[in-house]
Amino acid sequence: MGDLSEFPIRYRLFLKTYPWRRCDPIPWVPLQKPLKDCRLILVSSSGFITADQAPFDESIRGGDYSFREIPWDIDVAGLIDTHRSDIFDHSGIRKDPNLAFPINRMQELKERGRIGSLNHRHLSFMGSITAPGRLIKKTVPAVLKLLKDDGVDVALLIPV
Amino acid sequence: MGLVAAELERQGVSTVAIQLLRKVAEKVRPPRALVVPFRHGYPLDAPEDPARQQAVIEAALKMLEDQRLQPPAIVDYEPNEEK
Repeated sequence: MGDLSEFPIRYRLFLKTYPWRRCDPIPWVPLQKPLKDCRLILVSSSGFITADQAPFDESIRGGDYSFREIPWDIDVAGLIDTHRSDIFDHSGIRKDPNLAFPINRMQELKERGRIGSLNHRHLSFMGSITAPGRLIKKTVPAVLKLLKDDGVDVALLIPV
Repeated sequence: MGLVAAELERQGVSTVAIQLLRKVAEKVRPPRALVVPFRHGYPLDAPEDPARQQAVIEAALKMLEDQRLQPPAIVDYEPNEEK
């Protein structure tokens, strides 16, 4: 797996011709201190929300570019899968949200001292955004301020 | 996620992004990408299997620690089938 063959033909054609934006130049920040002293945030495009959060807006053309803050200590069973794509099997992440939003795995890393601390909030985005311009221009600045305010050193990004 | 990773890195946050499609990682070029051989919907291998999930995460963390890597760092994850 891990290739386009898992998708229906129309999606394969779309992905093959999609004008992916290229990171240029590529930024590079080496770790400034050992991981055991770093604060980590989880960023996932799995579209999870909590029960008291507004759902992502499926009417936004190109994809909802907002994000939801997920408390670091939430019971993972309380995460709700709202990912809009119907081209992948959702049964795994519904059975165990850790599969794409590994709240429990992050807590284990903290408990055994592999990382210094977990940020008190992680970030959930909607995936399959085909118009990422608004995401970068409108949403990322708010994310950057949040990370700066929280003193985050490291981000682990997970798709679905 | 690759574009977001790059923006975070530009502001001083070290990032590592898990990727399901190597071709996308090669086109987008986030700073660090761990390419996993799993189907969409299963980025950390298997549900209700903490060891397998943790193995993927550990591989990603090791990329952050590897001082030999240069951008774009694209590493293929190889599952340990003995787990």
